[in-house]
Amino acid sequence: MVTVTAGLQASLLATTTAATTAGVVAPGLDLEASFTDLLQGLGLSPGAAHLLWLPLPMLLVLVAAVVGVLVNVWLERKISAAVQQRIGPEYAGALGILQPMADGLKLLWKEDVIPARADGLLFTLGPVLVLVPVILSWLVVPFGQHLLISNVGVGIFLWISLSSIQPIGLLMAGYASNNKYSLLGGLRAAAQSISYEIPLALAVLAVVMMSNSLSTVDIVNQQTGAGILSWNIWRQPVGFVIFWICALAECERLPFDLPEAEEELVAGYQTEYSGMKFALFYLGSYINLVLSALLVAVLYLGGWGFPLPVEWIVGLTGQPIDAPLVQVITATTGIVMTVLKAYLLVFFAILLRWTVPRVRIDQLLDLGWKFLLPIALVNLLVTAGLKLAFPAFFGG
Amino acid sequence: MTIASSTQFICFIALSAAVAIGALGVVLLPNIVYSAFLLGGVFLSVAGLYLLLNASFVAAAQVLVYVGAVNVLILFAIMLVNKKENLAAIPGLALRRVLSGAVCAGLFALLLRVAFSTPWATPGPEPLGDEATIRIGEHLFSDYLLPFELASVLLLMAMIGAIVLARRDVFTTDIATGEPADQGLIEKSRTPLLLENSGPANAGLEAPLLETNP
Repeated sequence: MVTVTAGLQASLLATTTAATTAGVVAPGLDLEASFTDLLQGLGLSPGAAHLLWLPLPMLLVLVAAVVGVLVNVWLERKISAAVQQRIGPEYAGALGILQPMADGLKLLWKEDVIPARADGLLFTLGPVLVLVPVILSWLVVPFGQHLLISNVGVGIFLWISLSSIQPIGLLMAGYASNNKYSLLGGLRAAAQSISYEIPLALAVLAVVMMSNSLSTVDIVNQQTGAGILSWNIWRQPVGFVIFWICALAECERLPFDLPEAEEELVAGYQTEYSGMKFALFYLGSYINLVLSALLVAVLYLGGWGFPLPVEWIVGLTGQPIDAPLVQVITATTGIVMTVLKAYLLVFFAILLRWTVPRVRIDQLLDLGWKFLLPIALVNLLVTAGLKLAFPAFFGG
Repeated sequence: MTIASSTQFICFIALSAAVAIGALGVVLLPNIVYSAFLLGGVFLSVAGLYLLLNASFVAAAQVLVYVGAVNVLILFAIMLVNKKENLAAIPGLALRRVLSGAVCAGLFALLLRVAFSTPWATPGPEPLGDEATIRIGEHLFSDYLLPFELASVLLLMAMIGAIVLARRDVFTTDIATGEPADQGLIEKSRTPLLLENSGPANAGLEAPLLETNP
């Protein structure tokens, strides 16, 4: 599944050249090809080289996800402090940068309590079911032309379907805790997740319709060519807003954090959890936030694209686009751009959390079903009409 | 046997075992919540089998529709009405179990016979891989258009039914029985939060609290 076959590459290049009028698209750094070539040069069979390659990107992305969470927790603490005119953590490392490590270690050493009347098996399985789909979804996040774990054909659809497993884990945790607040929190989480998945999927569908592919790499490639002007946010402003609101609701971030509303439900489905099991929920929610931000960057903000077309800049320097040094520099720029865009969105999410009050459950469901869903449908219809009317701008 | 094919074989064995054991658990476990969660596991394992058959779009759709929608709704329904009560014993339970077991064994034997007597073409046609999405779309809007539209009409009917059930207040009489419909849920006034006279009204306020807190 991880291999990007030659046929797929050919079709991919064909679609990109069809979608962009700017001509040459940078082929990008292909670490897998270089790595397997190196190992085969040492006398290993292609199968063994591939087997040795497989765990590397997975481990790398897992580490990246966890480090992303640590950064996120630090940002949350610092930005919330700035919003409330406090200083925030400052003693653990420079600017309190080690505070998330301290938080994590504290959770690691805490006693792992399973309540006496709780259902032990489901209680343990719940947090796992919440975390695993979120981490699996990182499979399709691209940081460059070949810099992703797997360019699966179903791409973004895989993320939508995996994110629908999460409510089962929440329901499981809520039920197994044997606590009415937990159960209510789990039910609210499931209701919220089901409601907001539909406008989310419709917003994604409009983007997919423009790029003629579900693959995340194709979606980004369709946004290259004219730098910042060719990003999807100009063609899908409504879709961008819908997607961002729904992503926040799916992450249970503050305007929509009803499942764990402190004033109403103690802590929702997390009430009975402590120690590492609570840490899994915590980790899951933050990984999900970073993942959603990355996917907004991929779908609407040009993914790894630089605001000026990289090909154009490379052309100015007179270097060939596939020179090794140029490839390394463009790939690094791509990774930095993706992460930068994602963390800009994370910053907005954190700022929203500390400035906006929580909605009520009926307002939440009204917003989802009576406002976002019709708007998303109209957006889809308009996109289809524009695609037929102006195929050059909205993907042929 | 190469690494890829042996991995595939091991995955197939594991997924098939998960489907079979999970399905037995769904039917045989007495706790309905466990059954519902196991059903989710069975759906996921079936999605894994689709993935092994190179049908990644069908696998993703299976997870989205069956796990994400159907199973979550089942769990939702169970948990909204989850009340611990001991059901009255059904008379002749043993006989019923034997009978349903016999019917299931008969069906299983029939399926086994069909499976072994059908001349399966092995290996099957070449899997389409990622182009399957395009092919499914083409079929849905050409030769499978009528079933596709009928399915959407079915969903519309289900939706109208749900609205009729949920909005009983529109009708003054119950559609099924012809009796006056109970509109208590909608028109019942709320118990005031702050009571002015601290007499017998307080006792009325405390009673429901005691009930919910055994």
